[in-house]
Amino acid sequence: MTDVTEQNYPPGKHPSLPPPRNMTGWHVWIWKNFFGSITNTVLTFLSIFLIWQIVPGALDFLVFDSVVNAGSRAECREIADGACWAVIVERFEQSIFAFYPEEERWRVILAFILLFPTVGILLFDGFPARAKLMKFTIAYPFIAGWLIVGGWGLEPVSTDKFGGVMLTLIIGVTGITLSLPIGILLALGRISKLPAMRIVCVAFIEFIRGVPLITLLFVASTMLNYFLPPGVQFDLLLRVLIMVTLFASAYMAEVIRGGLQAIPKGQYEAADAMGLKYWQSMRLIILPQALKISIPGIVNTFIGLYKDTTLVIIIGLLDVLGIMKTALADPKWNGLPEEVYIYTAIFFFVSCFAMSRYSLYLEKKLHTGHKR
Amino acid sequence: MSEAAIDTSGMKVTDEVVIEIQHMHKWYGEFHVLKNVNLTVNRGERIVICGPSGSGKSTMIRCINRLEEHQQGHILVDGIELTNDLKNIDAIRREVGMVFQHFNLFPHLTVLENCTLAPIWVRQTPKKDAEEQAMHFLSKVKIPDQAHKYPGQLSGGQQQRVAIARSLCMNPRIMLFDEPTSALDPEMISEVLDTMIELAQEGMTMLCVTHEMGFARKVANRVIFMDGGEIIEQNEPEEFFTNPQSERTKLFLSQILNH
Repeated sequence: MTDVTEQNYPPGKHPSLPPPRNMTGWHVWIWKNFFGSITNTVLTFLSIFLIWQIVPGALDFLVFDSVVNAGSRAECREIADGACWAVIVERFEQSIFAFYPEEERWRVILAFILLFPTVGILLFDGFPARAKLMKFTIAYPFIAGWLIVGGWGLEPVSTDKFGGVMLTLIIGVTGITLSLPIGILLALGRISKLPAMRIVCVAFIEFIRGVPLITLLFVASTMLNYFLPPGVQFDLLLRVLIMVTLFASAYMAEVIRGGLQAIPKGQYEAADAMGLKYWQSMRLIILPQALKISIPGIVNTFIGLYKDTTLVIIIGLLDVLGIMKTALADPKWNGLPEEVYIYTAIFFFVSCFAMSRYSLYLEKKLHTGHKR
Repeated sequence: MSEAAIDTSGMKVTDEVVIEIQHMHKWYGEFHVLKNVNLTVNRGERIVICGPSGSGKSTMIRCINRLEEHQQGHILVDGIELTNDLKNIDAIRREVGMVFQHFNLFPHLTVLENCTLAPIWVRQTPKKDAEEQAMHFLSKVKIPDQAHKYPGQLSGGQQQRVAIARSLCMNPRIMLFDEPTSALDPEMISEVLDTMIELAQEGMTMLCVTHEMGFARKVANRVIFMDGGEIIEQNEPEEFFTNPQSERTKLFLSQILNH
């Protein structure tokens, strides 16, 4: 707009020119985003003011005035008046293993370490020798279950000793891995041409979605015993796992149904016209596309489920939040809710943020050019 | 598409009947879409079906591979009757290729994967053979260099040619075209029509719903005019265009030709 140096080119010979210099560069970006308009400028200064107000105090409390080595809250207060991380240091192992017998904890650690290659094989298609290692991912749940619960040569550990991070991960990972396939089947059932199939799936989804998870957990902890034949003992943790999985599956089904409905009819028709059978066209054509569209919703459900695991506290299971709350009741550490809740929050945030980043990575990877 | 006459030596109509439609009726709810359709197609025929929108022409060819169900009458393809029997439907779909108005390529698969999918899963062709064959047909539609791209990266004309190659990979005995050029930009229509002409020259049996009258004149051995769910008139292209019999056909032709 400043220097109009209109050069003349013969028709059809105009070259592509670089954009004017004041259109690109970091200083332009800063100017546009922070001071582009009066509102932006006001908001920028307001934000700087707030950061200046909050951050120094927060850093003092969390880092500079915090205490890591101390035996009790009183000792903490003598040293400095910032956060008393000593409570976390002392309770750290308990926050992970809860009441799991100390001499057997290596089994949980091993199961946890094995979780990483399993997840890596499943989630990243660049993993070396992925196709061969897929068998291991199928075996993993059984290996981990055996390691944690015991039996067959290992000291059995009763599930009421479970708790903390370990319990959160057990419920979260089980719920997440099972709710996806069950949700897919429910979603396909709900849009099926067979009326009986449709009615069963709709009834299941609507019932489970219409009831709060806490109610289902109560059912799991108390009422299920009435439905089972007398004498049949059904592990409480197992019942909770089933309920959490069913709950998440119902939500998952609706998320995936949304994805299925976004697939144009032409995709189904092309698959049909080529002679693919129902399950083939679902597996090869429809689901890959529908799941891709549903990734944000699926991960949303996963994160929701993962955080909902804290609700098991209501039926007496102590997940990571529950076990840390017991620290608050300890006279030695009484009165340190901030430290305990910040620790729990960080744990959940790290897990959920990782899931969220993975979903973005996956969306980017599966992007195949523009939609028609 | 050049205006010159094309080599018709490969286009031979045989006596063998490949599609037989007898007294076929179809309803959408209360709406009577197809009324007493009768049609016999011999091997090697190139039939162009035209008519105003809503006349049932697409519905009719979609009945031939059971994308639509008919409620009365009989449809026999290659001697197999279309019934609710899934075995018959599968058998017919293996022999009938279809090209859609909106291409309906699978956007999450590469061009090559689009072409090998059905041969691998429906015909159990080994992957390597399926890929070789796919490359053969992609060369035929003149886009072998795009094999590893995704459909979303191609132009409309290229996508439709991929769709044709994808159908050919199943070695169909009959090809159905449902308005294959209607969704294309004008400059891309001829590349698709050229591909279809080549196919006709090799003796493929083709049923084509289209309003490309130049294509009909050059390639078709029969033009069918449909209106209101009925076949109003059918004739050789020259006769059909120069000497239409019914008033309805005359009106339709005057509308699409004189503008």
